[in-house]
Amino acid sequence: MNTDYIGKPTSRVDGPAKVTGTAKYAAEYNVPNMLYGYVVSSPIAKGKITKIDAAPVLALAGVQQVFSHENVPHFAIFDRSYQDEIAPGGSPFRPLYDAEIKFSLQPVALVVADTFELARYAASVLHIEYEEVAHETKLSQHIDDAYEPGKGKIGFQPPKSRGNFGKGWKEGVAHVEAQFSHHAQHHNPMENFATTVEWLGDKHLNIYDKTQGAFNSQLLVTKIFGLSKDRARVISKYTGGGFGSGLRPQYQLLLAVMASLELERSVRVSLTREQMFSFGHRPETLQHVALATAADGSLTGINHFAVAETSQFEDFTENVVGWSGMLYDCKNVALGYRLAKLDVYTPLDMRAPGAASGSIALEIAMDEMAYAAGLDPLEFRMRNYSDHDQAQDLPYSSKALRKCYHEGAAKFGWKQRTAAPGSMRDGNLLVGWGMGGGVWDATKLPASVRASLDADGHLTVSSGTNEIGTGTYTIMTQIAAESMGLPIEAVTFVLGDTELPESPLQGGSWTAASVGNSVVEACTKLGEALLKQTQKMDSPAFKGVKIDDVQFANGQMRLRSDSTQAMVLRDVVQASGEPRIEAENSTLLAKLAMLKPPKYSMHAHNAVFVEVKVDPDLMTVHVTRVVNAVAAGRILNPKTARSQVLGSVVWGLGMALMEESVMDHRFGRYMNHSLAEYHVPVNADIHAIDVVFVNEEDDKVNPLGIKGLGEVGMLGVAAAVANAIYHATGKRVRDMPITIDKLL
Amino acid sequence: MTHVTQAPLGMSPATLVPTQPVTLHINGQDRTLHIAPWTTLLDALREYLDLTGTKKGCDHGQCGACTVLVDGKHINSCLSLAVMQEGSEIQTIEGLGTEESLSPLQQAFIDHDAFQCGYCTPGQICSAQGLINEGKARTEAEVRELMSGNLCRCGAYSNILSAVMEVIEGQKPGAEGKIVMPEKEWSAGAAHQQMPPVAPPKK
Amino acid sequence: MNSFTFTQAAAVDAAVREKASHEGAAYIGGGTNLVDLMKENVARPTHLIGLKKLGLDTIENTPDGGLRLGALATNADTAYHPEVISRYPLLNQAILAGASPQLRNMATDGGNLMQRTRCYYFYDLATPCNKREPGTGCSAIGGYNRVCGILGTSDSCIATHPSDMCVALAALDTTVRVSGPNGERTIKFEDFHRLPGDHPERDNTLEPGELITGLDLPAKGFAQHFSYLKLRDRTSYAFALVSVAAALELDGNTIKDARLALGGVAHKAWRDKAAEALLVGQPATADTFRRVAAKVLENAKGYGENTFKIELAKRAIVRALKQATEMKATVDTNAYFQPSAFNS
Repeated sequence: MNTDYIGKPTSRVDGPAKVTGTAKYAAEYNVPNMLYGYVVSSPIAKGKITKIDAAPVLALAGVQQVFSHENVPHFAIFDRSYQDEIAPGGSPFRPLYDAEIKFSLQPVALVVADTFELARYAASVLHIEYEEVAHETKLSQHIDDAYEPGKGKIGFQPPKSRGNFGKGWKEGVAHVEAQFSHHAQHHNPMENFATTVEWLGDKHLNIYDKTQGAFNSQLLVTKIFGLSKDRARVISKYTGGGFGSGLRPQYQLLLAVMASLELERSVRVSLTREQMFSFGHRPETLQHVALATAADGSLTGINHFAVAETSQFEDFTENVVGWSGMLYDCKNVALGYRLAKLDVYTPLDMRAPGAASGSIALEIAMDEMAYAAGLDPLEFRMRNYSDHDQAQDLPYSSKALRKCYHEGAAKFGWKQRTAAPGSMRDGNLLVGWGMGGGVWDATKLPASVRASLDADGHLTVSSGTNEIGTGTYTIMTQIAAESMGLPIEAVTFVLGDTELPESPLQGGSWTAASVGNSVVEACTKLGEALLKQTQKMDSPAFKGVKIDDVQFANGQMRLRSDSTQAMVLRDVVQASGEPRIEAENSTLLAKLAMLKPPKYSMHAHNAVFVEVKVDPDLMTVHVTRVVNAVAAGRILNPKTARSQVLGSVVWGLGMALMEESVMDHRFGRYMNHSLAEYHVPVNADIHAIDVVFVNEEDDKVNPLGIKGLGEVGMLGVAAAVANAIYHATGKRVRDMPITIDKLL
Repeated sequence: MTHVTQAPLGMSPATLVPTQPVTLHINGQDRTLHIAPWTTLLDALREYLDLTGTKKGCDHGQCGACTVLVDGKHINSCLSLAVMQEGSEIQTIEGLGTEESLSPLQQAFIDHDAFQCGYCTPGQICSAQGLINEGKARTEAEVRELMSGNLCRCGAYSNILSAVMEVIEGQKPGAEGKIVMPEKEWSAGAAHQQMPPVAPPKK
Repeated sequence: MNSFTFTQAAAVDAAVREKASHEGAAYIGGGTNLVDLMKENVARPTHLIGLKKLGLDTIENTPDGGLRLGALATNADTAYHPEVISRYPLLNQAILAGASPQLRNMATDGGNLMQRTRCYYFYDLATPCNKREPGTGCSAIGGYNRVCGILGTSDSCIATHPSDMCVALAALDTTVRVSGPNGERTIKFEDFHRLPGDHPERDNTLEPGELITGLDLPAKGFAQHFSYLKLRDRTSYAFALVSVAAALELDGNTIKDARLALGGVAHKAWRDKAAEALLVGQPATADTFRRVAAKVLENAKGYGENTFKIELAKRAIVRALKQATEMKATVDTNAYFQPSAFNS
């Protein structure tokens, strides 16, 4: 493959739209004659609604309707109608379905009015009475009733133990055993969840939704409201941050569609920032890790057990402990994962779900183990390097983690680290160097892509995937331009619309591989279609030529054997007499491939090195340098890829130092439900971050050799910060986030 | 069981205040709206004027996504009532540049990949423009601190810093107003903070 | 947010009269806290009186050598005013430690005093709060009280005043000028905000209808030895866990005069005159500072989640006094701006 575009730091093709404010997000389609819905949220965590007095509110001029369980029809009866593509097992929450309150901030009514301000005001004076009953929201009190989940949701692999941990523990000469915890966290993308439903008449809707999967939103809407797909077109051209929060359709979508159908009007429902704390979150976990090593520093036993929260109505599962069975070489591994039901909303995948939580415990414990074994933390990891995936008993398709260790450590200057806590200083400040790392799945899912060349020679490639900030528009444009040998200006990638070929949810780090490879396939199909057209044209050189005999470059199709023999692609389309020639890839092989057991373990890896400086009296922590070395196969665009990893590091720092959704268990309510009090890092928190992409060629993972980047960069960051703080201060904090009070 | 009442009836609706004409001077144009005093400047822009480039991230002055320039100074439009801004010169992202004619900051944000999802971006750019108008931010440390009123959940902070620094540097005497775009190795640190080889810390 | 009428007042006396004639009326300056509280339905004024046209936005020298800050001057204009930078750098530092540049561009000096607490429960109508609804109880006691107070609290309320600027104003012996139905009067800054006692719904000692018109700083600005140290959960754009305004007058290494006020720990900026008296005449040493810090926190009471603030405040006081002592007597007149460096 030539590399005119792939692998080049192309600036985002959607950049001009984003920096000028013309990129439109879900709540920005100002359709004519639109009503505004405002959600009323429950003040209690558990109980039932006993009275709703809507009359005074309905008497306000301009209030169109107050929807609640008392007047919303039961559009669907069965749980399966409410289950989206990735719904975990259980009985999904149904907004405004009955009087029962299952979690604090549960939507209990939707006030619809002519203006946003009126809807907001009317919602604030809507009189509702509740009977509250005792709720349970404290995970630590429910460890004993925690249970092993069954299948869980798609992608969940029940952790598998191997060997005999008890034996391994006894064989060890050095041991570490510790408890770890972190609180719930909320995604808090900058864009609040919102849906604008445009009523087109006769139950035909254009639905502008904030989502990471237009097809998933459409699926749910068609199932619940009994609409055919052509009546429920979902459009999502830009998503103002996802991080997992948009993997499941949120309730504002259902409320907006319901209100639109009932009132036969266009309706917009936007959630408030407070209401962004009313749905999925990274679940709190309590974890236990025990490690043992032999005299040579090799791990003889790994035990990792986690209890996580879920709701009363669904079993949310994620892979928290499984990674501990594959990241390091060890014969004896005991893993356990349980869920405890609490009166909270169902948790939801949040950037590096499971792995981010599990890697905190594993990677801090590895640091502790290195100290206990008298080894440098990097050397300790090298000694326990896994060359074969023992969890699946499969060879790796590729694994350049060793390069991450070497190149990251070199860039960071790790060699100059002195081991003893408190042994490094910068003036009065304590300096700490810590490291961590992790592993994430390289997944490819079936995705449909259409490639269409018009008579002007412009290529439009389309797929119903999403742009959540990861650079989808840009990298797909690059791949398509490269595939068809066109200048990048001659290519447009279109996404975010259920009228386009179907694409999987934008998540799990799989979009680049899934859609990217499909773009190549679709372009290949288009090339075949163009070649077929040449057979109808008077061009002796191309008679009987096969697709493998041609290449695409400079807007032409050329014979590989004689590049002077060329057809201008635009001319081929014009000769066809059609406005365009188009082709779509087939997902059949990709679907079949998913049914077969894998031959390789396919994963991305990283190693992170962190420097902190800690004031020895005030115990303020500043992360002054981070080097994140990532092995993720082919990097399609180092500019956008680097940004992904920079963002991941910021997420890791947030997780380590400040992010937590604090619940007051007396109310069963997250109390810091604002961006003033749910702290995410600000610009002043961020100092030097260096991203290293190590070379990793992989012809087995998928044709383009892509492994995905959305999650892997975050792994080990929080642990590396914690380890650096230990190195600086001698204080081992195992409860995230490490706020100042834990260091005093 | 405890009885809980939400919005006690004592707070029942009063007579709603009628709308009134409010004229705002936005991006060089007078725009007259018929709104009640309860419409914020942010909602006036987004819901009444279709100027949706200004974003709503929190609606409480806690994220900076709604930042616009009023009389050249950057403010949170979510915390200002539209009626309070009659007579002010309001500039939004749409007034700073267009896709065909980007402002220096807009171009620098693209060049430095200073955004991902793009939702906080107009607010970031308006903040940076305000700082540049005021001449307060000169060093990297100052820019970091003074850009801290704009959250970016995608975590593009280091690229935002280098984009803003580039424009500030480009405006210094001798730079002739030209944008200096340093050659940048994209796998390395942000511009101006190329990570040096590590000096041995004092032990 | 409830429905309200709005008028732009043309003069102070007209504004005061208008307030008296409208039940449920409120003054609005920058709006940064009031509009926020109105959206949360914590504040429900039925009439707003805009102050923008009152012209109280100047900063000028007073005959006694002090400086008068117009109540409508913005926090940003105040912080960056040349007289503030050169003569009251402590105030500059405190203002710039608070909020964000865009909030400081809107927020007024008078409004800064009128900010209400950031206690989670005060902001959330789903929970009881004596400050918001007297008699319902204090949820912060026994709850999530990380942001709450440790000094001067009561069984009714442990909320803190969130301002940074006020901590410096307290330390600098500011006088608050107000106009009301009964004419003009002045209030000493230490008497302006109150402790919660049994009436946490009252933040300050303003009489109904009174309007802040200005803040008078006395001549003495402690421009040679000062520090504003703010500790928070992230480097910027967060409310203080603990902040300290320290100002010293030194004769060699001997303290001749001292000011010490804390933020983030009480219902008001916590000025401790007894501690200041302990400093006077003493050598500016760590020992002295530690003794004084212990004295300030002598009667502090932790409520669980915020108990760490007692130790943190002690360390912060020692550090702030040390910083004030050691600083070189040169002031960057360009903009007295200390980027959020380590430990501050």
